[in-house]
Amino acid sequence: MTAPLLVFGWGNPSRGDDALGPLFVERLRAGLTPDDGVEVLEDYQLQVEHALDLVGRQRVLFVDASLDCRAPFEVMPLRPAQDVGFTTHAMSPQALLQVFCDLQGNQPPPCTLLAIRGDRFELGEALSPTGRAHLAAALAWVPNWLGALAAPLPCGLGRRQNQAAASTLSLDPG
Amino acid sequence: MTTRSLETAPQAQGLRRVAIDPVSRVEGHGKVTILLDAQNHVQQVRLHIVEFRGFEKFIEGRPFWEVPVMVQRLCGICPVSHHLAASKALDHVVGASPVTPSADKIRRLMHYGQVMQSHALHFFHLSSPDLMFGFDSEVNRRNILGVARAHPDIAKKGVLLRKFGQEVIRATAGKRVHGTGSVPGGMNKHVSREDRALLQRDLAQMIAWAQDAIGMAKQLHAQNPALYEGFGSFRSNMLSLVRTDGALDLYDGVLRARDAAGKVLFDGASDQGYLDLIEEEVKPWSYMKFPFLKSLGREHGGYRVGPLARVQNCDVIPSPLAEAQRQEFIDWGNGEPIHAPLAYHWARMVEVLHCVEVIQDLLDDPDILSGELMASGPRRRSGVGVIEAPRGTLIHHYEVGDDDLVTMCNLIVSTTHNNQAMNEAVRSVAREYLDGHELTEGLLNHIEVAIRAYDPCLSCATHALGQMPLDVALIDGDGALIDRVVRSQQGGFRHHLGAKEGPPG
Repeated sequence: MTAPLLVFGWGNPSRGDDALGPLFVERLRAGLTPDDGVEVLEDYQLQVEHALDLVGRQRVLFVDASLDCRAPFEVMPLRPAQDVGFTTHAMSPQALLQVFCDLQGNQPPPCTLLAIRGDRFELGEALSPTGRAHLAAALAWVPNWLGALAAPLPCGLGRRQNQAAASTLSLDPG
Repeated sequence: MTTRSLETAPQAQGLRRVAIDPVSRVEGHGKVTILLDAQNHVQQVRLHIVEFRGFEKFIEGRPFWEVPVMVQRLCGICPVSHHLAASKALDHVVGASPVTPSADKIRRLMHYGQVMQSHALHFFHLSSPDLMFGFDSEVNRRNILGVARAHPDIAKKGVLLRKFGQEVIRATAGKRVHGTGSVPGGMNKHVSREDRALLQRDLAQMIAWAQDAIGMAKQLHAQNPALYEGFGSFRSNMLSLVRTDGALDLYDGVLRARDAAGKVLFDGASDQGYLDLIEEEVKPWSYMKFPFLKSLGREHGGYRVGPLARVQNCDVIPSPLAEAQRQEFIDWGNGEPIHAPLAYHWARMVEVLHCVEVIQDLLDDPDILSGELMASGPRRRSGVGVIEAPRGTLIHHYEVGDDDLVTMCNLIVSTTHNNQAMNEAVRSVAREYLDGHELTEGLLNHIEVAIRAYDPCLSCATHALGQMPLDVALIDGDGALIDRVVRSQQGGFRHHLGAKEGPPG
C-alpha cells in the first residue's frame, strides 16, 4: 500500500553540505514507525522516474541543500514548471512535477520544498557546523509538515497563514 | 581531427571573446568561450567542463573494498558504470580474473540495465524536444512538455523505459541507489526468481518501445538529411571496447580504434595496457584533460567515444533486432563512417534495443539465479577496469598497497574522452551560426543542441537550488564586456546590451 506522505531527499553524501537532503531523510526515517504513513526516499539526483514515486500520495516533501536560501531553511510550495538545460545531470523538483502532469494527465499531489541552507560543498568534506545546525532546525520543523501543519510553525505562522503564504517562507526556529 | 586549430588562432591579439557560462552547480558547470577576429569570424572555441575535480585524491588512501561503492558518488546518472568499472579493476587485485560465470552474467545484466535507462533519459527527456521541434523553436516548447503535448505517448515511454532499467539495477545491485551488489572478485547476491519474473513480464513492451524510438530517430534523419548530416559535423578517430571477435560488447573486451575513414588503427589491445595507447594532454584553459591516441600524436590523435563510435567500431551487434538496425544505420553513411553528432541519437537508440535483447537473454540464463559468485587468485598490486558506459569508454585504474589501501587512482571518464570532440562540435556550430554582430538566443540554442548530443557529465556534484543560468558574454579584444545574455533554467531570457550596467545579477 502506498504511504500517503512521501519525504524525498537528494544530494551527494560525499560533498559536504550536499548531504543535507539524504541526512535529513536518514534521521527522519530513524524516528518513524510503519503506522505513521510516511515513506522516505533518497537519491543522488532527481530524475524523471521519480515522478512515479508521487503517484497515490496525499502530500510530498522534497528536501535539498541550497546555497542561496535563507538560513536555516526555507519552505515553499512547488508548482509544475519546465527546465531548460543542456544536460541530464540536473533536474529541478518543479520539472519533476511537470513530468508527473505529462505522465498522469492530472495535477500532482500538494508538494513542498524544504531547502536547507548549506555552505560548503567540496568533495570529501564532512557536514559543516552550520549545516549541522540547519539540519537540526529543519528536523525540528518537520513534525509540523507531517501533522498537516496542525501545530504552530516555529516562527509563529499558523496553518491558514502558511497555506496562503507567498511563494517562499523563511522559518527561523530560533 | 586536429587539436592545434582549436588552440591557437593565427593572430590571437585583437580577438573578441564570447563566453557562455552555465553555472549549473557549485562545481559542475560548463562554459563556452568563442574568440572572434576583427572581422567577426570565429577563430577559437573552448568548451570548459569542470568535472570530478579531486575525486582521485578522494579515493586514494581508502580500503580497496570500499571503492566500488564510493565511486558511485561520481555520477548520479551512471553510478552503476563506475561501480562496475571499479569492480573490474579490483578483480585483478584480488586475482579474480576471470570472475565466475554467474558473477559475470549478473554484472552484465546490471550494466545493460544501466545503459538502457541512461540512454532513455538522454533521448526522450533531454534531446527529443530539440529533434522534434527544431533548434529554433520557442524555448518553452523545447522540453519534455512540448514533446508530451505533441506526442503524449513518447514522454511516457521514455520514463517507463528508464524505470525498467532502474528495476534491472535494483534486482542486481540490491537497491535502486547506493547498490552494493558488485564487489572485488564477483557479486554478493543472485537475482531472485521473483525479480526475474517481474522483469520478464515487461520485456516485450520494452522491445517494442525501443523499436519505436529507433523509428523516430530514423524518421527525423530522413525528414531533414542535410541538417542531420551537417550540423556540428567533423571527422574524427573512434575508440571503444569490442568483444575479442569484433562484436559489440558494452561490459568487457579489447580496445579497438579506427581513423576517420574507418581504417583500423589498432585492435585486440588489452585494456590493462591502456597507457600504452592513450595519453592525456593538459591545457591551461581547461580543468579537463585532452586524451589522444599516442600512435597519432597530439595533433591528430583526438577521438570520440560513445554510441556513434561503438556501433561503427564493432563488426556486428550480437543480437538480431539491433544488428538489423545497425546495418540500416551503417547504410545511411553510403560506405563512409558517419561523423555527424546528431547521429549519436540514432546510434543510442540502436543500443537501447540491443540492451533490451541482452537483458532478455540474461534473464533466461539460469546462472543469474544460482552458482558460485566469488572468485579469487594470487593477489596483485594493480588493476585496470574498462567498461563502455552510456557516454563511452570509462577507465578505472588502481594501485593497492599491502595494507589494502589504494595508493593510486586514475580515472578517465567518457566525457574526458569526448572532450576534443565536443570542442570540435561546438566550434563547427559557432562558425556556422554566429553572425559576429550580436549574441542571439538562436545561437545559444544551437550550441546547446551540440552539447546535448554528448550530454557531458558535469561532476554530479551538488544541487544548490536555482543555480542553473546560462550566461553569455561578448567581450572585446581589450577585455571589455560589450554584450551579454542570460537564460535561466526555467527558460527566462534577458539581453543586456552594453557593459556599463555590469554583469547581470
